[in-house]
Amino acid sequence: MSDAPILELTDLRKHFNLSGGRVLKAVDGLNFNVRRGETFGLVGESGCGKSTAGRTIMQLYEPTSGSIKFDGRDVSRLTKSERMKFTKEMQMVFQDPYASLNPRMTVGKIIGEGLEIHGLASGRKRTERVAELLDAVGLNEEHANRFPHEFSGGQRQRIGIARALAIEPKFIVADEPISALDVSVQAQVVNLFKKLQRERDLTYLFIAHDLAMVKHISDRIGVMYLGKLVEVADSDELNANPLHPYTQSLLSAIPLPDPEQQKSRERIILKGEIPSPLNPPSGCPFRTRCPHAMDVCAQTMPEFKEVKPGHFVACHLY
Amino acid sequence: MSTPLLEVNNLRVSFKMHAGEVQAVRGVSFTLDKGEVLAIVGESGSGKSVTAQTLMRLTPTPPSYIKEGSILYEGKTDITKLSEAQMRKVRGAEMGMIFQDPMTSLNPTMTVGMQIAEGIRKHEKLSKKVALARAVELLKLVGMSNPEGRIHQYPHELSGGMRQRVMIAIALACHPKLLIADEPTTALDVTIQAQIMDVMRDVQEKTGTSIILITHDLGVVAELAQRVIVMYAGQVAEQGSLHDIFYNPRHPYTWGLLKSVPRLDSDRNSDLSSIPGTPPDLYAPPKGCAFAARCPYAMKLCLENDPPQFEIDGPAHTAKCWLNHPDAPKVDRPIETGGAAHV
Repeated sequence: MSDAPILELTDLRKHFNLSGGRVLKAVDGLNFNVRRGETFGLVGESGCGKSTAGRTIMQLYEPTSGSIKFDGRDVSRLTKSERMKFTKEMQMVFQDPYASLNPRMTVGKIIGEGLEIHGLASGRKRTERVAELLDAVGLNEEHANRFPHEFSGGQRQRIGIARALAIEPKFIVADEPISALDVSVQAQVVNLFKKLQRERDLTYLFIAHDLAMVKHISDRIGVMYLGKLVEVADSDELNANPLHPYTQSLLSAIPLPDPEQQKSRERIILKGEIPSPLNPPSGCPFRTRCPHAMDVCAQTMPEFKEVKPGHFVACHLY
Repeated sequence: MSTPLLEVNNLRVSFKMHAGEVQAVRGVSFTLDKGEVLAIVGESGSGKSVTAQTLMRLTPTPPSYIKEGSILYEGKTDITKLSEAQMRKVRGAEMGMIFQDPMTSLNPTMTVGMQIAEGIRKHEKLSKKVALARAVELLKLVGMSNPEGRIHQYPHELSGGMRQRVMIAIALACHPKLLIADEPTTALDVTIQAQIMDVMRDVQEKTGTSIILITHDLGVVAELAQRVIVMYAGQVAEQGSLHDIFYNPRHPYTWGLLKSVPRLDSDRNSDLSSIPGTPPDLYAPPKGCAFAARCPYAMKLCLENDPPQFEIDGPAHTAKCWLNHPDAPKVDRPIETGGAAHV
């Protein structure tokens, strides 16, 4: 794994203008890099902006401000033909394996569509390529002639992954790819992601709310709260030594599948709920629920800084 | 020993569909004691929700039919034999239910207070004023701030966590002896899930109600349950105390479930262990053990003969797996299973 980042986000913002002049600041100043060949996990609760971040990086939304550098190039404002080239490098796997596959297309057509659009393979070559891809994700050749409704949730997610892999991208944005699946199937799909990464030198941005699963798959993790990154660190470091009070409470809120461990550990249960992103608190967005909030937290947004090598946090405590 | 609150015997529920009969629940038996918290765990299609809904007779007939079995409530009333009119007296008053999705299970056109009061007024013939006063008390019980103000709000004005608190308050309104919670925290964020689990534990301690908790999340089970039933393909695969299931599991499906959950201390470089394949088609369940096709330990016998429930150190812990037969070959339980390492 080389240290040169494949993706660099600088002060990325995505604001949505709503009726009545209200502005929803879904993503409000993200700064992080993703290194070549790693899995970067982006976690947070509903409404924290993690999916919007993924979609903005993917160019499904145009950023309000800030820059996205991919492979050293600024890709935040591309023309149509430039975007076409860019999507060959970066693909997406979606959350809902039921809604993200066209029910009227055969699996072979779904997976092969990108090959056709990008002019990579057609006719017999395309059929062969689809068969290879189906094999790579643990399905088989005959599945190409079937329709999505004939498959289970886990199998559909494999189809979605095969589609993303078809044009051999370098980078995959996976937005909650396992949260709609059963536990035993989640493990199958996570193992598939890891296997494909080893075989194909892929880089992943893995977006999820389940910190235990994200910790398992990611090399580094970023934690978001109300449109902002509050902490970034190596996966093991984040787990062993979480610095931000929000990360601490997220980790402690995960119910462990072990009754004795569960009883003996100390849990931090947060008060209240996430404030509306339409009307975020002044200063630090987490201060309204933070057990350590001080006066300064209401006045200024803490700077996002490196407090240990590779460990960044935005909190006035550090 | 006093009579159990609920005794379910060989319950079979099917859905008659165009394509044939889906055998959703295939011979489930269990008992629930007063004040006990029982978790029913399983994946989609395991029959856990249908079992729970049948306890309150909530699955519509047609297409669903109770083919066989009985549900004895307090040792005398057989729920499966009651008419719809009789059931209406049981629902709410004797049993309350919390649904998974707090967004769609509340009435959007009624204030929260009126929704809580509705059941109270129906079952106890109280005035609106008295019923609303009780609604305020219930909202306090479930930890809602400013309950006097909240009763005048509509569901859309509340967040997901608050709506789930309202649902719990509605379920508790008539002091039911049994609370059935179907995936009560699945739709919620982790920090809110932690709050709701706290509310449920607190409510159980204060009211002494029995709880049946339906969930797929073993973490939630470890946090709340006293006893656990593991369901697979419409049957009970294993049942036992919380300790039995997590520290001495005896069914390969339970092992698989416990192993496929990532643990915070698990090694990132190793693969998660998963259960290969998918559950059987319940239009035509297999002849032998339903799990045999996915089981790494399956023997020839398993494909041919459906195993009975084997007792493990007494009737409180049973596993429906031939490996527990005295003549079965000894297999090493995967040691990283759940807390098995502590045994």
